Parts: sequence; C-alpha cells; structure tokens
Amino acid sequence: MADELVLLDVHVSMFGMRVRIALAEKGIKYEYREENLANKSTLLLETNPVHKKIPVLIHNGKPICESLIIVQYIDEVWKDKSPLLPSDPYQRAQARFWADFVDKKVFDAGRKIWRTKGEELEAAKKELIDALELLEGELGDKPYFNGDTFGFLDLAFITFYSWFHTYETCGNFSIEKHCPKLIKWAKRCMERESVSKSLADPITVYEFVLMLKKKYGH
Amino acid sequence: MEASDVTLLGMWACPYVNRAQLALKIKSITYEFIDDNPHERREMLLKYNPVHKKIPILIHGDKPVCESLIIVQYIDDAWANGPSILPSDAYDRALARFWAAYIDDKWYPLVKVLRQTEKQEERTSLIQKLSEGLMLLEEAFVNCSKGKPYFGGDNIGYLDIVLGSVLGWLRVTEIVVEVQLLDETKTPGLAKWADRFCSDDAVKDVLPEIDSLLELNKKIQAFIKAGGFK
Repeated sequence: MADELVLLDVHVSMFGMRVRIALAEKGIKYEYREENLANKSTLLLETNPVHKKIPVLIHNGKPICESLIIVQYIDEVWKDKSPLLPSDPYQRAQARFWADFVDKKVFDAGRKIWRTKGEELEAAKKELIDALELLEGELGDKPYFNGDTFGFLDLAFITFYSWFHTYETCGNFSIEKHCPKLIKWAKRCMERESVSKSLADPITVYEFVLMLKKKYGH
Repeated sequence: MEASDVTLLGMWACPYVNRAQLALKIKSITYEFIDDNPHERREMLLKYNPVHKKIPILIHGDKPVCESLIIVQYIDDAWANGPSILPSDAYDRALARFWAAYIDDKWYPLVKVLRQTEKQEERTSLIQKLSEGLMLLEEAFVNCSKGKPYFGGDNIGYLDIVLGSVLGWLRVTEIVVEVQLLDETKTPGLAKWADRFCSDDAVKDVLPEIDSLLELNKKIQAFIKAGGFK
C-alpha cells in the first residue's frame, strides 16, 4: 500500500522549507498544498487546532506538526535512506541544541529586523549578528555542521539563507561581511538539489515581506 | 564504570533540573548532583553552557548537554539498554515531542506569570488560558495513554516527565493565587494521572515537597519586592 502524504505549507516559510528538504532527501513523493494564512483551510485548522500553523505533514491521515518534529519523524520512519540526525547520541544532542538555538535566536531577531525601525532595528541587527557569529563558530572548518555530510542542523538552518537578503535589505547590512564562512557553507548546501529545489527565491521572500509590511504598517 | 562520569549541575527546586533527575533515575544512573544556587556557580555555567548560561547542564565524561528536553532525550539515547523513555512508535514520539514543546513554549510559562502578577484582570485572563490549556492536555493524555496509567503507557515516559516535573510549582501557584487549576471535574484523566505520578516511589525520591517550594517561593517573592533580580 502506498503512503499518502500531504504537506500544508507556505512557499516562503523557512519552517516549511525544512520539511520539503527532508522529503526530497529521502526521495518521498507527496502532495504539496499552499496555504493562505489570511484565510486558513479547514484542513489546516483541523490538523493543527492547537497552533493553526504550517507546516503540517499528514501521513496516511495522521497529522504531524512543528517543523523540527516533522523532520525527525521523517528521518525515523524513512530510516534506510539519507540519515539526517547523527547516530552518535552526543552529536545528536548537539544538533538538536543548535537547531533549537536557530529557532529561538535567529528567527526572533530576523523577524524584528523587518518589523521595526530605529533603535529597535539596530538592537535586532546586533542580536542576529551575534547569533550568526555563534553559529559560524560552531561550524568551524567543517564542510557541514554535520561534519563531512549534510545533516539535520544544516537542514534546520539553511532555510534561513533564503531570508538573508530580506534581513540585509531591511537592516541595511551585509551578513557575508560578518560571517563569510557561513555564506560559503550556504552556497555549498545550495549545490544540493534537495536544497536548491526547496528554498524559495530570496527576491520572492523579500517581495512577500514588503507586502506584509504594507499590509500591517511596519 | 561509565556511571561515575556523570554530573548534573542544577538546583533542587527547578523543574527543568528535576526532569533530568527523573530520567537518570529511570535508567538507574549514578551521578554527582551539584545542587547550588546558579548565581554562585557562574564559572561552571560559563564553561559548560556559554550560550544560554542556564541550568540544568548534564556533564557526561566532561561533555556538556544543555536544555532539559534535549538532556532527557540524550539520556534515553546514550543509555539505550535501560527502560525506554521516549515511545517506541515514531508517530507516538512525534506526539510526545509536540506536547512537550506546547507545555514549555505556551502553557507552563503562564504559571509563573500568574504566580507573580497581582493585577486581578491579568490573573483572570491567565487562569482562563491555563484552564483551556489543561483541557488540551486532558485530550492529549487520553490520546497518548490509550487507556493506560501514564502518557508513556504502562510506565512513566517522556511526556510524564515533562508535565510531571512542573506539578509542584503548579500546586504552589494554586495555593498562592487561591485558585484550583487542575480540577478533577474538568480534567478527570489528568487529575488522576497527577496523583498517580506524584505517588510513584521514584518520583517521590526526586521531586521536592510542596512545603519546601512554598517556603522558597516566599523567599523569592520577598527578594523581588526588595528590588532583587534587576
């Protein structure tokens, strides 16, 4: 019996992109459904009643929510191909720790950059740069965060690369200037088809944010 | 002997620390517990958790693991021979992780805010939100336990540890604010589970007594009123 998979998502969401990459890495076929967050579908409200957010992966009728939880689920169910999480328990804990750090620090700071002005904006920029520098430190001289091969933490963080142009333009600064190794790493990841096909174009992301800024008066 | 190179840096009253202690207990791991006021252990915090500077920190063979949920999963992964903490089914694992994140990100932070706010309007709103959350957790309990005594089934598991560790401070909040949040008429499954969890011998060994927490809370409130923590 073939698996039935539906992904409720939004094209520019860095969280949705994570799931797309994971599914592509494992060569899994699925139905993609683009949600309009201003007019959420009944299916989204039914499958994620607690948060009403995307992404939601529906596997044979059963929903899984929260991007990193979905990615771990995919990795565990389709465990015979392209493992994403390290097999060593300590490396696994480190990957989870830094993915959690990306969610808490990078996302929050990035969000403030396109939503604020003046002093608040400058503070958000510093927050983001500090977070990115810590991540660059964690990468070190490895080709990937996961070591020699692309893995969970690379997947969790690379999706934010599609939002760098937006952060840089709204904040008037260059991420490459502060974190050149991160940009090299990002370009290396983009050579992977699973990544290049899953990430939204940075211009599309920026235009989406401009639309939001206009709509909500940021 | 691998058990002798495990240290837990924490504080007895911190529920996030209690989670690590419960997990270590389930796996019968011997460890050194450095129970100290985190403000006085600054150098250790900075060395082992430079990013967040918070407890708990599990140090295994001088390698630190931080963030309570990550620590519990690490303990389950690293000591795979002991009783399992995470569910064995991948979907059940995803559900357990989902509810753990809900508890930590959305629900439990409100408990502390309620305990520390004195404005009646704010209190009413928080009580409403917490009660709604408990209804969701009741549903989660029914779905996860599938008729068995714990979220984890026959034995205490991941979600039991995550929610169970905060029951003490939930009770303290109920006493201080004079409100019943965990109500067996509204959430019977959860209320019975809470009694069962707190009566378990292993849990009683680890979790602090309510009276000790109440006393600590009085001290903390006095400290805050005197202008501390600023």
